[in-house]
Amino acid sequence: MCLAIPALVKSIDGLQADVEVGGVGRRISIWLTPEVKAGDYVLLHTGYAINIIDEAEARETLKLLEEMTSQS
Amino acid sequence: MRFMDEYRNAELGKRLIERIRNRSTKPTRLMEFCGGHTVTILKHGIRQLLPPNIEMLSGPGCPVCVTANADLDKAIALARLPDVIITTFGDMIRVPGSYSSLQQAKAEGSDIRIVYSTQDALEIARRNPSKSVVFIGIGFETTTPTVAASILEAAQEGIGNYYVLSLHKLCPPVIKALLDSGEVRLDGIVCPGHVSTIIGSRPYHFIPRDYGIACVVSGFEPLDVLLCVDMLVAQIESGEPRVEIAYRRGVNPDGNQRALEVMAQVFEPCEANWRGMGKVPGSGLSIRKEYRHFCAEYSFKIELEPPCEPEGCLCGEILRGIKTPADCKLFRGACTPEHPVGPCMVSSEGSCSAYYHYGEGDGR
Amino acid sequence: MEDKILLAHGSGGKLSHDLVEKYFVPLLKNPLLDKLDDSAVLELSGRLAFTTDSYVVSPIFFPGGDIGKLAVCGTVNDLSMSGAAPLYLSLALVIEEGLPVADLQRVMTSIQKTAEEAGVKVVTGDTKVVNRGSADKLFINTAGIGLIPAGVDISGSKARPGDKVILSGNIGDHGIAVMSQREGLQFSSPVESDCAPLNKLVSEMLKVSSRINCLRDPTRGGLASTLNELANQSGMGIRIEEDEIPVQDAVRAACELLGYDPLYVANEGKLVAVVPEPDAKQVLATMRRNQYGARSDIIGKVVGEHPGRVVMSTHLGASRVVDMLVGELLPRIC
Repeated sequence: MCLAIPALVKSIDGLQADVEVGGVGRRISIWLTPEVKAGDYVLLHTGYAINIIDEAEARETLKLLEEMTSQS
Repeated sequence: MRFMDEYRNAELGKRLIERIRNRSTKPTRLMEFCGGHTVTILKHGIRQLLPPNIEMLSGPGCPVCVTANADLDKAIALARLPDVIITTFGDMIRVPGSYSSLQQAKAEGSDIRIVYSTQDALEIARRNPSKSVVFIGIGFETTTPTVAASILEAAQEGIGNYYVLSLHKLCPPVIKALLDSGEVRLDGIVCPGHVSTIIGSRPYHFIPRDYGIACVVSGFEPLDVLLCVDMLVAQIESGEPRVEIAYRRGVNPDGNQRALEVMAQVFEPCEANWRGMGKVPGSGLSIRKEYRHFCAEYSFKIELEPPCEPEGCLCGEILRGIKTPADCKLFRGACTPEHPVGPCMVSSEGSCSAYYHYGEGDGR
Repeated sequence: MEDKILLAHGSGGKLSHDLVEKYFVPLLKNPLLDKLDDSAVLELSGRLAFTTDSYVVSPIFFPGGDIGKLAVCGTVNDLSMSGAAPLYLSLALVIEEGLPVADLQRVMTSIQKTAEEAGVKVVTGDTKVVNRGSADKLFINTAGIGLIPAGVDISGSKARPGDKVILSGNIGDHGIAVMSQREGLQFSSPVESDCAPLNKLVSEMLKVSSRINCLRDPTRGGLASTLNELANQSGMGIRIEEDEIPVQDAVRAACELLGYDPLYVANEGKLVAVVPEPDAKQVLATMRRNQYGARSDIIGKVVGEHPGRVVMSTHLGASRVVDMLVGELLPRIC
């Protein structure tokens, strides 16, 4: 399982946050990621942020993909 | 959309496929455990693009598909109680239980509402204080913490009319049961993505250690799945199975500690009934005593008819990866998305539904 | 006049009469309606296209339109898809007791504006009021009549191998506009329904080509279902290119958030045309000159293989079947 999509945190309000996916806004719960800050990207699943996306790792993965496939 | 579009790059995808073709020499059997991965693979035609020596099997990672008829019957029985509002994820509405479905119960007058989140269910509870709002809790470790959080939130706020029917299940025990059954020989497992976001990658260590099977945790975009297959191929070709994470932007080895704590605070492991696998110890979650007043089974008296399974339905074997939808005599005949016999045809990520909808691209 | 619709407004007595005189006639003013006879008497000759539809959308007001605009466009478009020039509409309302009169007025004004744009007349109508709870605010039923010009023969069964499949613009706008209203999504720039009357677009297309084989508007069930219908009716296969199908970014994002596939989301101002290859370029150019076809593109072709099936070339270069929508469009959580 499951559909979880990357969402940008715009603002925090207690244990809720306003996030955006491709310009579309939604109010979600950050009960499971209370340490999140505005500007972080989170994985959004059924109305909750289930984790904070590791942006450095994201860049690394893309770099790895580019490198791997340019050698072969 | 950031962190999604980049992992759909066609050029990189084609090159990755080329790389896999060059490196994969042995006959390779991979199982994608998670229904979401099955959908990505079929939606993007990945099975066609992989070399013929790589076989991909779909596993039991579809929480709707593995919900036993007896459990669905409980949900339907609750729906028929007076002054009950059932809140559920959309996936469950059409699944046939032993005698009926939530969709049918709705047509017969039950108040059944599709929600996107337990947050919606809590809001319905707040707005309908004279009714009992029951949330049908399905899902693995990705979803369960959100349900646990909703119970904690209800407890904190003093919401007295919110209940959860816990049909939640855990992945690692069922992977073990599947491997122990010895029915299916695997070389590698595409490990669940967002389940691992919560539980981390450590719980899979028993797989290479005890069974010699390669494990890589995968994301859900096409490049994520291809990267995962590439890493599995590397392990298999070198004969060195271990646990690796391909989905590093979403998963770390320890998972989300807070989510695990919240889950443990509200739920405890119990035996669960998996369609196609029967009873698997320690693979389900029940609500702890301290939160019993949120448990639908504890709070409501329901009477159930003995459950029955539809004849000829191969959902069980399909879920265990030992048969494919094409092997089922009912597939595309008596069992279609319009009139499904078993859950694998109804759930949006059930194997049968995915194979039916996405076909194999050659017009079949 | 009261500010809410009462049961009495539907009973045929003075209040009903007032409702018609005050809200319907002045707005929809035309010689046929003004007579207020039990039937409109029309004089027509030629091949007639005749259609009927009911509209039950909820909410009744959404970004880019409302149930009234939808009713007129839907009927006009059904007629246009047969190649007919739409002429006359009937309009029957089933109103839930308690609907604010201001809402009814708003809907009627919308009907008037849309009818004017499309150049059609509402010539006969009916109003019923039902008990609270027996209807969801407002249901509308229409019937429409149009004339098919000589030499025009459009049908879903006529698609032939080699024909090009042309789509008139972005998909998913209407469904998302309505859904977003229901689900409380906030857009930095709201997605508006694409609800529009397509009769003028169609007549321009028919002027440049007399060989257009099929026209269909991808409403409920979305583009995927419509293409499947065409494939089934004609006994042909259809191949489309994922990369050629236009979807607005905001619609894509909303679909990800809500768990929908844009291929299955409803449209109310788009059409699919199946055109023999020699005429395709010209038809496309004509479509792009019309405001409702500015983003038209060729998205695929008709083939002899896999009859009745629609197959899509994916972004990655593989193929997959695009099936018809089954049941209701349900959000995917997993």
